[in-house]
Amino acid sequence: MAEVLVFVDHVDGAVRKPTLELLTLARRIAAPVAVALGAGAENTAAALAEHGAVKVLTHDASEYADYLVVPKVDALQAAVESVSPAAVLVPSSAEGKEIAARLALRIGSGIITDATDLEAGAEGPVATQSVFAASFTTKSRVSKGIPVITVKPNSAAVEAAPAAGAVEALAVTFSAQATGTKVTGRTPRESTGRPELTEAAIVVSGGRGVNGAENFALIESLADSLGAAVGASRAAVDAGWYPHTNQVGQTGKSVSPQLYIANGISGAIQHRAGMQTSKTIVAVNKDAEAPIFDLVDYGVVGDLFDVVPQLTEEINTRKG
Amino acid sequence: MSLRIVVTVKYVPDATGDRHFADDLTVDRDDVDGLLSELDEYAVEQALQISENSDDDVEITVLTVGPEDAKDALRKALSMGADKAIHVEDDDLHGTDAIGTSLVLAKAIEKAGYDLVISGLASTDGTMGVVPALLAERLGVPQVTLLSEVSVEDGTVKGRRDGDAASEQLEASLPAVVSVTDQSGEARYPSFKGIMAAKKKPVEAWDLSDLDLEAEEVGLEGAWTAVDSATERPARTAGTIVKDEGEGGKQLAEFLAGQKFI
Repeated sequence: MAEVLVFVDHVDGAVRKPTLELLTLARRIAAPVAVALGAGAENTAAALAEHGAVKVLTHDASEYADYLVVPKVDALQAAVESVSPAAVLVPSSAEGKEIAARLALRIGSGIITDATDLEAGAEGPVATQSVFAASFTTKSRVSKGIPVITVKPNSAAVEAAPAAGAVEALAVTFSAQATGTKVTGRTPRESTGRPELTEAAIVVSGGRGVNGAENFALIESLADSLGAAVGASRAAVDAGWYPHTNQVGQTGKSVSPQLYIANGISGAIQHRAGMQTSKTIVAVNKDAEAPIFDLVDYGVVGDLFDVVPQLTEEINTRKG
Repeated sequence: MSLRIVVTVKYVPDATGDRHFADDLTVDRDDVDGLLSELDEYAVEQALQISENSDDDVEITVLTVGPEDAKDALRKALSMGADKAIHVEDDDLHGTDAIGTSLVLAKAIEKAGYDLVISGLASTDGTMGVVPALLAERLGVPQVTLLSEVSVEDGTVKGRRDGDAASEQLEASLPAVVSVTDQSGEARYPSFKGIMAAKKKPVEAWDLSDLDLEAEEVGLEGAWTAVDSATERPARTAGTIVKDEGEGGKQLAEFLAGQKFI
Protein backbone atom coordinates (compact mmCIF):
# COMPACT_ATOMS: atom_id res chain seq x y z
CA MET A 1 0.00 0.00 0.00
CA ALA A 2 1.27 3.42 -0.93
CA GLU A 3 2.28 5.83 1.77
CA VAL A 4 2.79 9.60 1.93
CA LEU A 5 5.90 11.08 3.52
CA VAL A 6 5.33 14.01 5.85
CA PHE A 7 8.31 16.13 6.88
CA VAL A 8 7.99 17.06 10.54
CA ASP A 9 8.63 20.59 11.77
CA HIS A 10 9.34 20.39 15.48
CA VAL A 11 11.22 22.21 18.22
CA ASP A 12 13.12 19.76 20.42
CA GLY A 13 10.41 17.15 19.94
CA ALA A 14 7.39 19.49 20.21
CA VAL A 15 5.55 19.11 16.89
CA ARG A 16 4.40 22.41 15.41
CA LYS A 17 0.77 22.75 14.38
CA PRO A 18 1.28 22.97 10.57
CA THR A 19 2.76 19.44 10.62
CA LEU A 20 -0.40 18.10 12.28
CA GLU A 21 -2.44 19.85 9.58
CA LEU A 22 -0.27 18.10 6.97
CA LEU A 23 -1.20 14.74 8.50
CA THR A 24 -4.89 15.57 7.96
CA LEU A 25 -4.20 16.31 4.27
CA ALA A 26 -1.85 13.33 3.85
CA ARG A 27 -4.55 10.92 5.03
CA ARG A 28 -6.71 11.97 2.06
CA ILE A 29 -4.04 10.48 -0.22
CA ALA A 30 -2.51 7.54 1.66
CA ALA A 31 -1.19 6.43 5.05
CA PRO A 32 1.20 9.09 6.43
CA VAL A 33 4.77 8.19 7.31
CA ALA A 34 6.45 11.01 9.24
CA VAL A 35 10.12 11.97 9.03
CA ALA A 36 11.49 13.72 12.13
CA LEU A 37 15.11 14.89 12.31
CA GLY A 38 17.43 16.42 14.86
CA ALA A 39 17.38 16.78 18.63
CA GLY A 40 14.22 15.36 20.19
CA ALA A 41 13.09 13.62 16.97
CA GLU A 42 11.91 10.49 18.81
CA ASN A 43 9.78 12.58 21.17
CA THR A 44 7.57 13.62 18.25
CA ALA A 45 6.17 10.10 17.85
CA ALA A 46 3.29 10.29 20.33
CA ALA A 47 1.77 13.46 18.83
CA LEU A 48 2.30 12.20 15.28
CA ALA A 49 0.72 8.81 16.05
CA GLU A 50 -2.29 10.50 17.61
CA HIS A 51 -2.85 12.41 14.35
CA GLY A 52 -2.48 9.51 11.97
CA ALA A 53 1.19 8.69 11.37
CA VAL A 54 1.53 4.94 10.81
CA LYS A 55 5.30 5.17 11.11
CA VAL A 56 7.78 7.78 12.34
CA LEU A 57 11.24 7.67 10.78
CA THR A 58 13.76 9.44 13.00
CA HIS A 59 17.41 10.40 12.84
CA ASP A 60 19.52 12.70 14.97
CA ALA A 61 22.97 14.09 14.19
CA SER A 62 24.75 17.34 15.00
CA GLU A 63 24.77 18.21 11.27
CA TYR A 64 21.08 19.19 11.38
CA ALA A 65 21.79 22.11 13.70
CA ASP A 66 25.31 22.95 12.53
CA TYR A 67 24.73 23.24 8.78
CA LEU A 68 22.02 24.84 6.63
CA VAL A 69 19.27 22.88 4.85
CA VAL A 70 21.30 20.22 2.99
CA PRO A 71 21.61 17.61 5.81
CA LYS A 72 17.81 17.58 6.01
CA VAL A 73 17.59 17.14 2.23
CA ASP A 74 19.94 14.15 2.48
CA ALA A 75 17.75 12.58 5.18
CA LEU A 76 14.48 13.19 3.38
CA GLN A 77 15.97 11.71 0.21
CA ALA A 78 16.98 8.62 2.21
CA ALA A 79 13.40 8.36 3.47
CA VAL A 80 12.01 8.65 -0.08
CA GLU A 81 14.32 5.86 -1.24
CA SER A 82 13.32 3.62 1.65
CA VAL A 83 9.53 4.22 1.48
CA SER A 84 8.84 4.92 -2.25
CA PRO A 85 5.96 7.21 -1.28
CA ALA A 86 3.02 8.41 -3.38
CA ALA A 87 3.88 12.00 -2.44
CA VAL A 88 6.08 14.05 -0.12
CA LEU A 89 4.48 16.83 1.94
CA VAL A 90 6.53 19.55 3.63
CA PRO A 91 5.37 22.54 5.73
CA SER A 92 5.65 25.77 3.70
CA SER A 93 8.18 27.56 5.88
CA ALA A 94 11.17 29.31 4.32
CA GLU A 95 13.35 26.32 5.19
CA GLY A 96 10.66 23.80 4.25
CA LYS A 97 10.40 25.20 0.73
CA GLU A 98 14.18 25.06 0.27
CA ILE A 99 14.34 21.47 1.51
CA ALA A 100 11.44 20.47 -0.75
CA ALA A 101 12.94 22.16 -3.82
CA ARG A 102 16.32 20.45 -3.50
CA LEU A 103 14.67 17.12 -2.78
CA ALA A 104 12.46 17.44 -5.89
CA LEU A 105 15.47 18.11 -8.09
CA ARG A 106 17.35 15.13 -6.67
CA ILE A 107 14.55 12.61 -7.06
CA GLY A 108 13.54 13.91 -10.50
CA SER A 109 10.21 15.35 -9.42
CA GLY A 110 8.24 18.50 -9.93
CA ILE A 111 7.41 20.75 -6.98
CA ILE A 112 4.39 22.79 -5.95
CA THR A 113 4.78 25.31 -3.12
CA ASP A 114 2.35 27.10 -0.80
CA ALA A 115 -0.64 24.85 -1.39
CA THR A 116 -3.71 25.89 0.59
CA ASP A 117 -5.58 22.62 0.06
CA LEU A 118 -4.88 19.15 -1.23
CA GLU A 119 -7.11 16.38 -2.54
CA ALA A 120 -6.53 13.00 -4.15
CA GLY A 121 -6.87 12.99 -7.95
CA ALA A 122 -6.79 10.45 -10.79
CA GLU A 123 -3.33 11.69 -11.80
CA GLY A 124 -1.98 12.28 -8.32
CA PRO A 125 -2.64 14.85 -5.60
CA VAL A 126 -4.30 18.10 -6.76
CA ALA A 127 -3.03 21.21 -4.98
CA THR A 128 -4.99 24.43 -4.59
CA GLN A 129 -2.93 27.62 -4.56
CA SER A 130 -3.83 31.23 -4.08
CA VAL A 131 -1.88 33.44 -6.55
CA PHE A 132 -1.44 37.04 -7.72
CA ALA A 133 -2.03 38.47 -4.25
CA ALA A 134 -4.90 36.02 -3.76
CA SER A 135 -6.86 37.36 -6.73
CA PHE A 136 -6.80 33.91 -8.40
CA THR A 137 -7.13 30.33 -7.20
CA THR A 138 -5.32 27.65 -9.20
CA LYS A 139 -5.44 23.87 -9.14
CA SER A 140 -2.19 22.16 -10.09
CA ARG A 141 -0.52 18.77 -10.21
CA VAL A 142 3.03 17.57 -10.28
CA SER A 143 3.28 15.84 -13.65
CA LYS A 144 6.66 14.12 -13.33
CA GLY A 145 8.07 11.96 -10.55
CA ILE A 146 6.85 11.64 -6.95
CA PRO A 147 4.90 14.83 -6.20
CA VAL A 148 6.70 17.13 -3.74
CA ILE A 149 4.27 19.66 -2.29
CA THR A 150 4.70 22.29 0.40
CA VAL A 151 1.54 23.33 2.27
CA LYS A 152 0.85 26.61 4.04
CA PRO A 153 -0.17 26.78 7.70
CA ASN A 154 -3.93 26.93 8.42
CA SER A 155 -4.73 24.92 5.27
CA ALA A 156 -6.54 22.13 7.11
CA ALA A 157 -7.99 21.35 10.51
CA VAL A 158 -5.95 19.32 12.97
CA GLU A 159 -7.81 16.01 13.45
CA ALA A 160 -7.18 13.19 15.90
CA ALA A 161 -6.85 9.87 14.03
CA PRO A 162 -4.89 7.45 16.19
CA ALA A 163 -2.46 5.19 14.32
CA ALA A 164 0.49 3.01 15.25
CA GLY A 165 3.20 5.66 14.88
CA ALA A 166 5.93 3.05 15.26
CA VAL A 167 9.35 4.68 15.56
CA GLU A 168 11.97 3.42 13.13
CA ALA A 169 15.53 4.62 12.79
CA LEU A 170 16.27 6.18 9.42
CA ALA A 171 19.69 5.40 7.95
CA VAL A 172 21.22 8.60 6.59
CA THR A 173 24.53 9.13 4.80
CA PHE A 174 25.36 12.81 4.44
CA SER A 175 26.38 14.10 1.00
CA ALA A 176 29.52 16.09 0.23
CA GLN A 177 27.36 19.24 0.09
CA ALA A 178 25.89 18.68 3.58
CA THR A 179 28.59 20.67 5.37
CA GLY A 180 28.83 23.47 2.80
CA THR A 181 27.10 26.21 4.78
CA LYS A 182 28.04 26.40 8.43
CA VAL A 183 25.76 27.89 11.07
CA THR A 184 28.31 29.75 13.18
CA GLY A 185 25.85 31.36 15.58
CA ARG A 186 22.22 31.18 16.55
CA THR A 187 20.23 33.70 18.59
CA PRO A 188 16.80 32.32 19.47
CA ARG A 189 13.99 34.79 19.20
CA GLU A 190 12.56 35.90 22.52
CA SER A 191 9.17 34.37 23.06
CA THR A 192 6.32 36.88 23.24
CA GLY A 193 3.94 34.29 24.67
CA ARG A 194 1.63 34.99 21.71
CA PRO A 195 0.73 32.47 19.01
CA GLU A 196 2.93 32.08 15.92
CA LEU A 197 1.79 34.61 13.30
CA THR A 198 1.20 32.14 10.45
CA GLU A 199 -0.49 29.59 12.73
CA ALA A 200 -2.75 31.90 14.72
CA ALA A 201 -6.55 31.70 14.51
CA ILE A 202 -6.75 35.47 15.02
CA VAL A 203 -4.28 38.11 13.84
CA VAL A 204 -4.37 41.76 14.96
CA SER A 205 -2.23 44.04 12.78
CA GLY A 206 -1.10 47.63 12.89
CA GLY A 207 0.06 49.90 10.08
CA ARG A 208 1.10 53.44 9.32
CA GLY A 209 -1.84 54.81 11.33
CA VAL A 210 -0.38 53.38 14.55
CA ASN A 211 2.15 56.18 14.21
CA GLY A 212 5.02 55.06 16.42
CA ALA A 213 6.61 52.01 18.03
CA GLU A 214 5.29 52.97 21.48
CA ASN A 215 1.70 52.92 20.18
CA PHE A 216 1.96 49.26 19.20
CA ALA A 217 1.13 48.53 22.85
CA LEU A 218 -2.48 49.30 21.87
CA ILE A 219 -2.35 46.67 19.13
CA GLU A 220 -0.73 44.17 21.50
CA SER A 221 -3.39 44.74 24.18
CA LEU A 222 -6.15 44.09 21.66
CA ALA A 223 -4.32 40.98 20.44
CA ASP A 224 -3.92 39.69 23.98
CA SER A 225 -7.60 40.21 24.74
CA LEU A 226 -8.37 37.82 21.88
CA GLY A 227 -5.40 35.44 22.30
CA ALA A 228 -4.21 36.64 18.89
CA ALA A 229 -0.88 37.05 17.12
CA VAL A 230 0.37 40.55 16.26
CA GLY A 231 1.11 41.55 12.68
CA ALA A 232 2.41 44.73 11.08
CA SER A 233 2.24 46.29 7.64
CA ARG A 234 5.37 46.97 5.64
CA ALA A 235 5.04 50.70 6.34
CA ALA A 236 5.12 50.06 10.10
CA VAL A 237 8.05 47.65 9.80
CA ASP A 238 10.04 49.95 7.49
CA ALA A 239 9.48 52.78 9.99
CA GLY A 240 11.11 50.57 12.62
CA TRP A 241 8.01 50.34 14.82
CA TYR A 242 7.71 46.56 14.82
CA PRO A 243 10.02 43.62 13.91
CA HIS A 244 10.17 42.31 10.35
CA THR A 245 9.30 38.80 11.57
CA ASN A 246 5.79 40.14 12.21
CA GLN A 247 5.35 41.69 8.77
CA VAL A 248 2.24 40.57 6.90
CA GLY A 249 2.33 40.93 3.13
CA GLN A 250 4.13 40.07 -0.05
CA THR A 251 7.61 40.39 1.45
CA GLY A 252 6.62 39.15 4.87
CA LYS A 253 4.29 36.43 6.11
CA SER A 254 1.19 35.31 4.36
CA VAL A 255 -1.56 34.59 6.89
CA SER A 256 -4.96 32.97 6.59
CA PRO A 257 -6.57 33.18 10.04
CA GLN A 258 -10.24 32.87 11.00
CA LEU A 259 -10.22 36.57 11.90
CA TYR A 260 -7.92 39.38 10.72
CA ILE A 261 -8.17 42.83 12.32
CA ALA A 262 -6.36 45.59 10.38
CA ASN A 263 -5.75 48.79 12.31
CA GLY A 264 -4.48 51.91 10.55
CA ILE A 265 -3.63 49.87 7.44
CA SER A 266 -4.68 51.30 4.07
CA GLY A 267 -4.64 47.93 2.31
CA ALA A 268 -2.08 48.34 -0.50
CA ILE A 269 -1.63 45.33 -2.80
CA GLN A 270 1.61 44.47 -0.97
CA HIS A 271 -0.37 43.99 2.26
CA ARG A 272 -3.45 42.38 0.70
CA ALA A 273 -1.20 39.69 -0.78
CA GLY A 274 -0.51 38.48 2.74
CA MET A 275 -3.98 38.50 4.31
CA GLN A 276 -6.67 38.42 1.64
CA THR A 277 -7.50 34.75 2.23
CA SER A 278 -8.42 35.39 5.88
CA LYS A 279 -11.94 34.10 6.65
CA THR A 280 -13.31 37.19 8.36
CA ILE A 281 -11.69 40.61 7.87
CA VAL A 282 -12.25 43.63 10.06
CA ALA A 283 -10.64 47.07 9.71
CA VAL A 284 -10.36 50.31 11.65
CA ASN A 285 -9.14 53.27 9.61
CA LYS A 286 -9.60 57.05 9.65
CA ASP A 287 -9.81 57.19 5.86
CA ALA A 288 -13.20 56.03 4.58
CA GLU A 289 -11.65 55.67 1.10
CA ALA A 290 -8.90 53.24 2.21
CA PRO A 291 -8.86 50.15 -0.09
CA ILE A 292 -8.88 47.86 2.97
CA PHE A 293 -12.60 48.63 3.33
CA ASP A 294 -13.24 46.83 0.01
CA LEU A 295 -12.21 43.59 1.73
CA VAL A 296 -13.89 43.85 5.09
CA ASP A 297 -16.82 42.04 6.61
CA TYR A 298 -17.01 44.83 9.14
CA GLY A 299 -15.25 48.19 9.09
CA VAL A 300 -15.11 51.16 11.43
CA VAL A 301 -14.22 54.54 9.94
CA GLY A 302 -12.63 56.27 12.87
CA ASP A 303 -9.51 57.05 14.86
CA LEU A 304 -7.88 53.82 16.00
CA PHE A 305 -6.71 55.59 19.16
CA ASP A 306 -10.39 55.86 20.14
CA VAL A 307 -11.77 52.65 18.64
CA VAL A 308 -9.08 50.12 19.55
CA PRO A 309 -8.91 50.83 23.32
CA GLN A 310 -12.71 50.81 23.49
CA LEU A 311 -12.84 47.51 21.63
CA THR A 312 -10.18 45.98 23.90
CA GLU A 313 -12.01 47.12 27.02
CA GLU A 314 -15.32 45.81 25.72
CA ILE A 315 -13.80 42.40 24.91
CA ASN A 316 -12.20 42.16 28.34
CA THR A 317 -15.50 43.14 29.98
CA ARG A 318 -17.47 40.57 28.00
CA LYS A 319 -14.95 37.88 28.88
CA GLY A 320 -15.58 38.85 32.51
CA MET B 1 42.12 38.71 -7.17
CA SER B 2 38.94 39.08 -9.00
CA LEU B 3 35.38 38.35 -7.99
CA ARG B 4 32.76 37.47 -10.57
CA ILE B 5 29.21 38.07 -9.36
CA VAL B 6 26.18 36.91 -11.32
CA VAL B 7 22.88 38.46 -10.20
CA THR B 8 19.79 36.58 -11.37
CA VAL B 9 16.83 38.86 -12.05
CA LYS B 10 13.28 38.36 -13.27
CA TYR B 11 11.05 40.52 -15.40
CA VAL B 12 7.56 40.32 -13.89
CA PRO B 13 4.11 41.77 -14.50
CA ASP B 14 3.53 44.85 -12.33
CA ALA B 15 1.88 43.71 -9.08
CA THR B 16 -0.24 46.85 -9.03
CA GLY B 17 -1.62 46.01 -12.49
CA ASP B 18 -4.49 43.66 -13.31
CA ARG B 19 -2.52 40.41 -13.40
CA HIS B 20 -4.19 37.37 -14.93
CA PHE B 21 -3.64 34.15 -16.86
CA ALA B 22 -3.38 33.54 -20.62
CA ASP B 23 -5.48 30.82 -22.30
CA ASP B 24 -2.75 28.22 -21.78
CA LEU B 25 -2.76 29.03 -18.03
CA THR B 26 0.66 30.66 -18.12
CA VAL B 27 1.07 34.17 -16.71
CA ASP B 28 -0.27 36.73 -19.18
CA ARG B 29 2.65 39.03 -19.95
CA ASP B 30 1.07 41.02 -22.77
CA ASP B 31 -1.68 42.98 -21.08
CA VAL B 32 0.14 44.16 -17.97
CA ASP B 33 3.26 46.33 -17.91
CA GLY B 34 6.37 44.48 -16.83
CA LEU B 35 9.32 45.55 -14.73
CA LEU B 36 12.34 44.30 -12.81
CA SER B 37 10.95 42.30 -9.87
CA GLU B 38 11.20 44.66 -6.91
CA LEU B 39 12.76 41.95 -4.73
CA ASP B 40 15.59 41.51 -7.26
CA GLU B 41 16.59 45.16 -6.83
CA TYR B 42 17.86 44.17 -3.38
CA ALA B 43 20.10 41.52 -4.98
CA VAL B 44 21.54 44.08 -7.43
CA GLU B 45 22.07 46.49 -4.53
CA GLN B 46 23.99 43.95 -2.44
CA ALA B 47 26.16 43.04 -5.43
CA LEU B 48 27.01 46.73 -5.85
CA GLN B 49 27.78 47.11 -2.14
CA ILE B 50 30.01 44.03 -2.13
CA SER B 51 31.82 45.53 -5.11
CA GLU B 52 32.18 48.94 -3.43
CA ASN B 53 33.50 47.38 -0.20
CA SER B 54 35.99 45.12 -1.96
CA ASP B 55 39.66 45.63 -2.81
CA ASP B 56 39.25 42.98 -5.48
CA ASP B 57 38.42 43.57 -9.08
CA VAL B 58 34.67 42.86 -9.06
CA GLU B 59 32.60 42.26 -12.17
CA ILE B 60 28.80 42.19 -11.87
CA THR B 61 26.78 40.41 -14.53
CA VAL B 62 22.98 40.49 -14.44
CA LEU B 63 21.27 37.46 -15.92
CA THR B 64 17.67 36.97 -16.89
CA VAL B 65 15.63 34.31 -18.64
CA GLY B 66 12.58 35.77 -20.30
CA PRO B 67 10.88 37.22 -23.34
CA GLU B 68 12.08 40.17 -25.45
CA ASP B 69 10.72 42.78 -23.02
CA ALA B 70 12.80 41.30 -20.19
CA LYS B 71 15.61 43.50 -21.51
CA ASP B 72 13.94 46.32 -19.56
CA ALA B 73 14.78 44.52 -16.31
CA LEU B 74 18.40 44.14 -17.41
CA ARG B 75 18.61 47.82 -18.37
CA LYS B 76 17.31 48.83 -14.95
CA ALA B 77 19.97 46.70 -13.24
CA LEU B 78 22.67 48.08 -15.54
CA SER B 79 21.56 51.63 -14.81
CA MET B 80 21.86 50.88 -11.08
CA GLY B 81 25.50 50.02 -11.76
CA ALA B 82 25.93 46.40 -12.91
CA ASP B 83 28.67 45.95 -15.51
CA LYS B 84 27.11 43.71 -18.14
CA ALA B 85 24.06 41.62 -18.86
CA ILE B 86 23.04 38.28 -20.32
CA HIS B 87 19.58 37.71 -21.74
CA VAL B 88 18.53 34.11 -22.32
CA GLU B 89 15.64 34.26 -24.75
CA ASP B 90 14.06 31.48 -26.77
CA ASP B 91 10.49 30.87 -27.96
CA ASP B 92 10.74 27.33 -26.59
CA LEU B 93 11.09 28.73 -23.04
CA HIS B 94 7.43 29.79 -22.89
CA GLY B 95 5.75 28.13 -19.89
CA THR B 96 8.96 26.92 -18.20
CA ASP B 97 8.42 26.15 -14.49
CA ALA B 98 10.78 26.67 -11.53
CA ILE B 99 12.69 23.42 -12.03
CA GLY B 100 13.18 24.23 -15.73
CA THR B 101 14.12 27.85 -15.04
CA SER B 102 16.77 26.73 -12.57
CA LEU B 103 18.21 24.45 -15.28
CA VAL B 104 18.49 27.30 -17.79
CA LEU B 105 19.90 29.71 -15.18
CA ALA B 106 22.46 27.15 -13.93
CA LYS B 107 23.68 26.46 -17.48
CA ALA B 108 23.98 30.19 -18.18
CA ILE B 109 25.76 30.86 -14.87
CA GLU B 110 28.29 28.11 -15.62
CA LYS B 111 28.85 29.43 -19.13
CA ALA B 112 29.30 33.00 -17.84
CA GLY B 113 31.70 31.94 -15.09
CA TYR B 114 31.05 32.91 -11.44
CA ASP B 115 32.36 33.09 -7.90
CA LEU B 116 29.12 34.30 -6.35
CA VAL B 117 25.49 34.14 -7.45
CA ILE B 118 23.06 36.60 -5.81
CA SER B 119 19.28 36.30 -6.10
CA GLY B 120 16.30 38.04 -4.52
CA LEU B 121 14.19 36.19 -1.96
CA ALA B 122 11.41 35.36 -4.44
CA SER B 123 9.83 36.74 -7.59
CA THR B 124 6.82 38.99 -7.07
CA ASP B 125 4.71 36.95 -9.53
CA GLY B 126 5.43 33.27 -8.88
CA THR B 127 6.52 33.92 -5.26
CA MET B 128 7.88 30.38 -4.80
CA GLY B 129 11.29 31.46 -3.51
CA VAL B 130 12.92 28.14 -4.47
CA VAL B 131 15.21 29.12 -7.35
CA PRO B 132 18.26 30.02 -5.18
CA ALA B 133 18.12 26.61 -3.43
CA LEU B 134 17.66 24.88 -6.81
CA LEU B 135 20.66 26.76 -8.24
CA ALA B 136 22.85 25.71 -5.31
CA GLU B 137 21.76 22.10 -5.79
CA ARG B 138 22.41 22.19 -9.55
CA LEU B 139 25.75 24.01 -9.29
CA GLY B 140 26.88 21.84 -6.35
CA VAL B 141 27.92 24.85 -4.27
CA PRO B 142 26.84 26.10 -0.79
CA GLN B 143 23.51 27.88 -0.45
CA VAL B 144 23.61 30.90 1.84
CA THR B 145 20.05 32.09 1.52
CA LEU B 146 17.47 34.56 2.85
CA LEU B 147 20.11 36.91 4.22
CA SER B 148 19.26 40.26 5.72
CA GLU B 149 22.98 41.05 5.94
CA VAL B 150 25.78 39.82 3.68
CA SER B 151 29.52 40.35 3.31
CA VAL B 152 32.33 38.77 1.29
CA GLU B 153 35.93 38.61 2.42
CA ASP B 154 38.90 36.42 1.52
CA GLY B 155 36.87 33.93 -0.48
CA THR B 156 34.25 33.52 2.27
CA VAL B 157 30.67 34.72 2.28
CA LYS B 158 29.04 35.50 5.62
CA GLY B 159 25.54 36.57 6.42
CA ARG B 160 22.63 36.72 8.81
CA ARG B 161 19.48 34.70 8.20
CA ASP B 162 16.52 35.84 10.30
CA GLY B 163 14.20 32.89 10.74
CA ASP B 164 11.01 32.57 12.76
CA ALA B 165 12.61 30.73 15.64
CA ALA B 166 16.11 32.19 15.58
CA SER B 167 18.51 34.51 13.85
CA GLU B 168 21.42 32.53 12.39
CA GLN B 169 24.93 33.54 11.38
CA LEU B 170 25.99 31.64 8.27
CA GLU B 171 29.33 31.13 6.58
CA ALA B 172 30.47 29.37 3.41
CA SER B 173 33.39 29.29 1.01
CA LEU B 174 33.05 30.66 -2.50
CA PRO B 175 31.78 29.78 -5.00
CA ALA B 176 28.32 30.01 -3.46
CA VAL B 177 24.70 30.98 -4.10
CA VAL B 178 23.27 33.76 -1.96
CA SER B 179 19.76 35.17 -1.71
CA VAL B 180 18.94 38.42 0.07
CA THR B 181 15.72 39.73 1.59
CA ASP B 182 14.15 43.18 1.45
CA GLN B 183 15.71 43.77 4.87
CA SER B 184 19.23 43.75 3.39
CA GLY B 185 19.19 47.46 2.56
CA GLU B 186 17.20 49.87 0.42
CA ALA B 187 18.02 49.56 -3.28
CA ARG B 188 19.46 52.67 -4.90
CA TYR B 189 17.71 54.63 -7.64
CA PRO B 190 19.56 54.77 -10.94
CA SER B 191 21.23 58.16 -11.44
CA PHE B 192 20.91 60.05 -14.72
CA LYS B 193 24.57 59.25 -15.36
CA GLY B 194 23.86 55.58 -14.62
CA ILE B 195 20.92 55.52 -17.03
CA MET B 196 23.05 57.05 -19.79
CA ALA B 197 25.96 54.69 -19.09
CA ALA B 198 23.65 51.65 -19.15
CA LYS B 199 22.81 52.29 -22.78
CA LYS B 200 26.41 51.54 -23.72
CA LYS B 201 26.85 48.46 -21.53
CA PRO B 202 26.96 45.08 -23.29
CA VAL B 203 23.88 42.81 -23.29
CA GLU B 204 24.63 39.34 -24.60
CA ALA B 205 21.78 37.32 -26.09
CA TRP B 206 21.84 33.55 -25.67
CA ASP B 207 19.31 30.95 -26.78
CA LEU B 208 18.85 27.32 -25.79
CA SER B 209 21.42 26.05 -28.30
CA ASP B 210 24.04 28.35 -26.75
CA LEU B 211 23.43 26.49 -23.49
CA ASP B 212 23.36 22.99 -25.04
CA LEU B 213 19.73 22.60 -23.98
CA GLU B 214 16.97 20.90 -25.96
CA ALA B 215 13.48 22.37 -26.32
CA GLU B 216 11.94 19.26 -24.63
CA GLU B 217 13.84 20.01 -21.40
CA VAL B 218 12.03 23.32 -20.87
CA GLY B 219 8.81 25.14 -21.73
CA LEU B 220 5.24 24.17 -21.05
CA GLU B 221 5.69 20.66 -22.52
CA GLY B 222 8.81 20.03 -20.48
CA ALA B 223 7.33 21.40 -17.26
CA TRP B 224 7.36 19.19 -14.16
CA THR B 225 4.06 20.59 -12.98
CA ALA B 226 0.73 21.23 -14.69
CA VAL B 227 -1.87 23.88 -13.92
CA ASP B 228 -5.35 22.43 -14.52
CA SER B 229 -7.41 25.52 -13.74
CA ALA B 230 -7.16 29.15 -12.67
CA THR B 231 -10.25 30.82 -11.30
CA GLU B 232 -10.61 34.47 -10.43
CA ARG B 233 -11.37 34.78 -6.77
CA PRO B 234 -14.89 36.12 -6.34
CA ALA B 235 -14.91 39.65 -4.96
CA ARG B 236 -15.63 39.65 -1.25
CA THR B 237 -19.23 40.55 -0.55
CA ALA B 238 -19.52 44.10 0.67
CA GLY B 239 -19.34 44.29 4.44
CA THR B 240 -20.88 46.63 6.96
CA ILE B 241 -19.05 49.93 7.36
CA VAL B 242 -19.89 52.17 10.30
CA LYS B 243 -18.56 55.60 11.18
CA ASP B 244 -17.26 55.93 14.71
CA GLU B 245 -19.57 58.30 16.60
CA GLY B 246 -18.08 57.36 19.94
CA GLU B 247 -19.34 53.77 20.07
CA GLY B 248 -17.25 52.31 17.18
CA GLY B 249 -15.25 50.00 19.45
CA LYS B 250 -18.38 48.66 21.13
CA GLN B 251 -20.12 48.15 17.79
CA LEU B 252 -17.11 46.21 16.54
CA ALA B 253 -17.14 44.10 19.70
CA GLU B 254 -20.82 43.36 19.08
CA PHE B 255 -19.99 42.18 15.55
CA LEU B 256 -17.16 39.96 16.83
CA ALA B 257 -19.41 38.51 19.52
CA GLY B 258 -22.05 37.76 16.86
CA GLN B 259 -19.39 35.87 14.89
CA LYS B 260 -18.45 33.95 18.09
CA PHE B 261 -14.93 35.42 18.25
CA ILE B 262 -15.57 36.67 21.76
